[in-house]
Amino acid sequence: MRVLVDFDLCESNAICMQIAPDIFEVRDDDFLYILNDTPGDERRVVLEESVQRCPKQAISLQE
Amino acid sequence: MTLLRERITIVGASLAGYWAAETLRRDGFEGLISLVGDEQHEPYDRPPLSKKYLAGDVRRDQLALGDVDKLDALDLDLRLGQRATGLDVASQLLEVNGVSESYDGLILATGARCRTLPSTDGVMGVHTLRTLDDAEAIRTALQDGAEQMVVVGAGFVGAEVAATAVNSGMLVTMVEALEAPFSRVLGQEMGMVLADLHRSHGVDLRTGVGVDEVLTAPTRSGGDRVVGVRLVDGTEVSADLLVAGIGVIPNVDWMEGSGLDLVDGVVCDATCLAAPNVVAAGDVARWFNVRYGESMRVEHWDNAVQQGAHAARRLLQTDEEAQPFNPVPWFWSDQYDRKVQLAGRSSPDADVRVMTGSVDEHRFVAFYGHEGRFLGALGMNRPRHVMQSKGLLEQDVSWDEALAFAAEWD
Ligand SMILES: Cc1cc2nc3c(=O)[nH]c(=O)nc-3n(C[C@H](O)[C@H](O)[C@H](O)COP(=O)(O)OP(=O)(O)OC[C@H]3O[C@@H](n4cnc5c(N)ncnc54)[C@H](O)[C@@H]3O)c2cc1C
Ligand code: SF4
Repeated sequence: MRVLVDFDLCESNAICMQIAPDIFEVRDDDFLYILNDTPGDERRVVLEESVQRCPKQAISLQE
Repeated sequence: MTLLRERITIVGASLAGYWAAETLRRDGFEGLISLVGDEQHEPYDRPPLSKKYLAGDVRRDQLALGDVDKLDALDLDLRLGQRATGLDVASQLLEVNGVSESYDGLILATGARCRTLPSTDGVMGVHTLRTLDDAEAIRTALQDGAEQMVVVGAGFVGAEVAATAVNSGMLVTMVEALEAPFSRVLGQEMGMVLADLHRSHGVDLRTGVGVDEVLTAPTRSGGDRVVGVRLVDGTEVSADLLVAGIGVIPNVDWMEGSGLDLVDGVVCDATCLAAPNVVAAGDVARWFNVRYGESMRVEHWDNAVQQGAHAARRLLQTDEEAQPFNPVPWFWSDQYDRKVQLAGRSSPDADVRVMTGSVDEHRFVAFYGHEGRFLGALGMNRPRHVMQSKGLLEQDVSWDEALAFAAEWD
């Protein structure tokens, strides 16, 4: 599973980071960084939650 | 045990309603889902309406909640342009456009509408902003060369409209009856910080003074058009565009006589249940949040998403399985190049402390605490810290623990 973020849509509000801090990180430069873009299947549930809760619909998962 | 339901109807085809439908399918509900909404548009997102959409930076199709494929995949009985006109929860009958129909489960998500200024009905140039059509009208006025805007009420939507208008070169006056703008949500001290942000961008912000009268002039076509406002202190402000941001009213009128308890919203229990087989979510729902031991109604994007999902699940659960809905409220607002976020709540008597960054630079996080309890965190352009604070609030840490945590920042 691959985590994709459309950085043109992302507004760095860090919601995804609260849900999955091991995968998403908004740094002090105000940009979102993906710490691990190929997480294991055990992270699927939290990632789906991140997809759902991103207000910009910027996150997607690719199998 | 799952309950036998064949037909779930959702009233209100917007944020809470959409996420309720999505959750029903995600959790395996295979019956009929009717999504009934009185707007003509497919479900769309409201936050951009006062920001990028108003500025002309996003297109209409970019506002859609879920793309077309996703909406199709939900396999909904989507009934747009239809209004719920009555309800009787004892007999489980809903009335849509005057015609009665039954349901097995009902999700109420009719949101809220804007309050309007008295006697401004039909006056050209006077607007409120809730819907895509409202935004379209304001955008058209901006493009047609309106030059002076007056925003009545310093709430968040009004403040965003003011910021967008200033960025497009308009002269903007914002009028707020309260002495301290934004203080209801942010408290006095931080309300002044936000006020300062607007003033530094050139907004003429008048506080502690209400609007006495909307001034109009007749138009050639026979109607009236706004030319300004007179304030209670007698001063006049001229304007060719007026946007009133003076709060919203939950859309419960159509539920009068339904048997539901209606008090500034649909009254629900801690699990979002309003009556047997009836749940409510989003701006219209007043529920008992066990985290705070209070009944509350929250008008934020994230709440509508979470509560829509929670209420949908509640319908699929038995009373024994039901979980309380106990979030820490959270919202964001974009004004100029600042991202304002509040997790938790302020309180008028809270101790307010800036934990990192600088208020003067409009880049900081401030904590609110009261009697040893950590209440909330406000950030400007500090999303990471606000989200960490939200995590702390969810764990119900004490004021001292919160201060100790934030001492590690920077
Ligand atoms: C301009 C604007 C900007 C915003 N910006 C932010 C922001 O930056 N951050 C944030 O956290 N929140 C923001 N919000 C708030 C957020 O959009 C709302 O909290 C959210 O839309 C609530 O969703 P809802 O589904 O409960 O209600 P609504 O979105 O109000 O939807 C209710 C729907 O039900 C329909 N309806 C009403 N009565 C009936 C009936 N009888 N029959 C059928 N349909 C009916 C309505 O027409 C509407 O389509 C903003 C809101 C606005 C208006
Ligand atoms: S939740 Fe969405 S918009 Fe927010 S930081 Fe994550 S990807 Fe970006």
